[in-house]
Amino acid sequence: MTGIDWLILGLYFAFVLGIGVALKGSMKTSTDFFLAGRAIPAWVAGLAFMSANLGAQEVIGMGASGAKYGIATSHFYWIGAIPAMVFVGIFMMPFYYGSRARSVPEYLRLRFDEKTRGLNAISFAIMTIFSSGISMYAIAKLIQTLHVFDGVFLRLGINSSWIFDFAILISAIVVLVYTFLGGLSSAIYNEVLQFFLIVAGFLPLTYLGLKNVGGWSGLKATLGPSYTHSWAGLSHPDTNRLGVEWFGLVMGLGFVLSFGYWCTDFLVIQRAMAAKSMSAARRTPLIGAFPKMLFPFLVILPGLIAIALPTQPAVPPHARVVVSAEPPGKGIIPMKVDASSGKPMLDKDGKPQLDYDLAVPNMLLHYFPPGMLGLGLTALLASFMSGMAGNVTAFNTVWTYDIYQSYIRPGATDEHYLWMGRAATVFGIAFSIAAAYMANRFNNIMDMLQLVFAFVNAPLFATFLLGMFWKRTTGHAAFTGLLAGTAAAAIHHGLTLPAGAVAGIKGGWLAVTHNYPSEMAQNFWTAIYAWTTCFVVTIIVSLVTRAPDESKLVGLVYSLTPKPEEEPMAWYARPASLAIMVIAGTVLLNIIFW
Amino acid sequence: MGIDIRLPLGLLFLLLGAILLVYGAVSDPSLYQQSLGINVNLYWGVVLLAFGAPMFALSRRGVRPAVRAGSTPPSPRSSGH
Repeated sequence: MTGIDWLILGLYFAFVLGIGVALKGSMKTSTDFFLAGRAIPAWVAGLAFMSANLGAQEVIGMGASGAKYGIATSHFYWIGAIPAMVFVGIFMMPFYYGSRARSVPEYLRLRFDEKTRGLNAISFAIMTIFSSGISMYAIAKLIQTLHVFDGVFLRLGINSSWIFDFAILISAIVVLVYTFLGGLSSAIYNEVLQFFLIVAGFLPLTYLGLKNVGGWSGLKATLGPSYTHSWAGLSHPDTNRLGVEWFGLVMGLGFVLSFGYWCTDFLVIQRAMAAKSMSAARRTPLIGAFPKMLFPFLVILPGLIAIALPTQPAVPPHARVVVSAEPPGKGIIPMKVDASSGKPMLDKDGKPQLDYDLAVPNMLLHYFPPGMLGLGLTALLASFMSGMAGNVTAFNTVWTYDIYQSYIRPGATDEHYLWMGRAATVFGIAFSIAAAYMANRFNNIMDMLQLVFAFVNAPLFATFLLGMFWKRTTGHAAFTGLLAGTAAAAIHHGLTLPAGAVAGIKGGWLAVTHNYPSEMAQNFWTAIYAWTTCFVVTIIVSLVTRAPDESKLVGLVYSLTPKPEEEPMAWYARPASLAIMVIAGTVLLNIIFW
Repeated sequence: MGIDIRLPLGLLFLLLGAILLVYGAVSDPSLYQQSLGINVNLYWGVVLLAFGAPMFALSRRGVRPAVRAGSTPPSPRSSGH
């Protein structure tokens, strides 16, 4: 990093903090703080809806998957997000927004009962803390690997072993300051800035990379068909790089996991709940779906380019960085090196493993001169921080409304809850820091926690689907269904194992009754079993328990709610038109990259 | 709500664009070997300016009506939930 890069990074920090300070004055009620006063225009909420999910892990991870699996990674966007985003906007938002619930768990209390809300609120609160901790850990590791601060530390005479701690501290402080001051508005505004920064930082990268490798046709010629087709080869797990078959992909990823995330996760739904009107709330996910549809070109293509470039030790002369001068990997992706022995890590066949997570960072270093490099790294940092702020704002809302106000101190003044929200921001970030250090010290514990979260999340969409569209669904049924679904996920995971893995954290800890061709296939099928179990159990228990009082379900269930009235607006801006456009675009992209 | 997002957005991109443009104009051309001989700072600086300027202008255009609206008594906040 040279002076010009620091200037750009510094400018970004100044704006982020400045927005927090500027918004401080308008935080008068808890609604201002937790729901941005329900005054956000649709396009701002839409970009935030999409960006809240676009943390650094997503940017780095999608590039890594691009290098590993090829363009098929775009399934995570095209079938793994777009249909669910359209569904939540058209069919579910009328109930989320219309019920005036202040959070997703609160919707569950209105629709079902207290215990279902409690289960969802508590598991969600714990999950957000850990995800924000894990992303904090990831970015600190990245800063360490890229040697961003090494020059400064050297000049100041500080031991470079403190870089990890420094990176955690500085990011925590910045996120703390702006979410503490401006609440959800601050987070949303920064998500919008981050969105444009990612585009500004990555568009030239894709352009230069594509130009360098001879465009898409050059990429196809270098990498071969397995990297450059998204659907061809999906008839059997052995004939595609993902190691899944189309049914598992479409049902597991495209239906269960994707709808479970985009339609029920308060982290994203909160952005739509903050929109200024029902029609803005419905358009929020639809507007977010447009950039989501095109983002594979910004975040996945650089990964493909990184693996297609001629293999070489790429150390730009100006950058004060050492990109692992160890044995070359493939393209500009280095091999994974064991930190303790310094030797390349080998996979089960004795072949060296590649450190795919460095695909995107190395692309930035490879193509960007000082100036643009600063912009690219700022974009990465921005995506990390807004990803973390997203978790923090979702946490402080669920904590304050669904846990503190419900179980600890009901009936206090609004001022008190606003204060509690600010306090929750502080201890939420403190817990995240603890989680980040935990991730650093005990990698296995984190893997296990993420596994448990996956079990808890997998059945969620079945509960919401039945709750919103079948008025007979009861609270007892929702609660039992969720527990049964989570249990089914755990049991399925305990009975199956991906090829080449050892029984344990990867599965098979009960007994190995089935082997999946890949970990991804196992994940998808775990989700499918969890969802189906929850769906069936919820229906059965609903039928044997007392039907809910219909008068209390108005505004919460499809058949008992009047259709939302369309505000007068141009035909192309209506939710249905946006939905048709984004679906048509996605279908077209799938055909082009078949 | 507080501020119009287009104001900080426009300002940030105007400043970023200006920094990249100036740096691209004065920096050593040999820097751009790695970016395929293209002075990315210069060109991308222009693009960022071209994005920042209308954003900034739109946020300013919205200010005057907002000030006028401010002279009437503020509407009661929505508190219905």
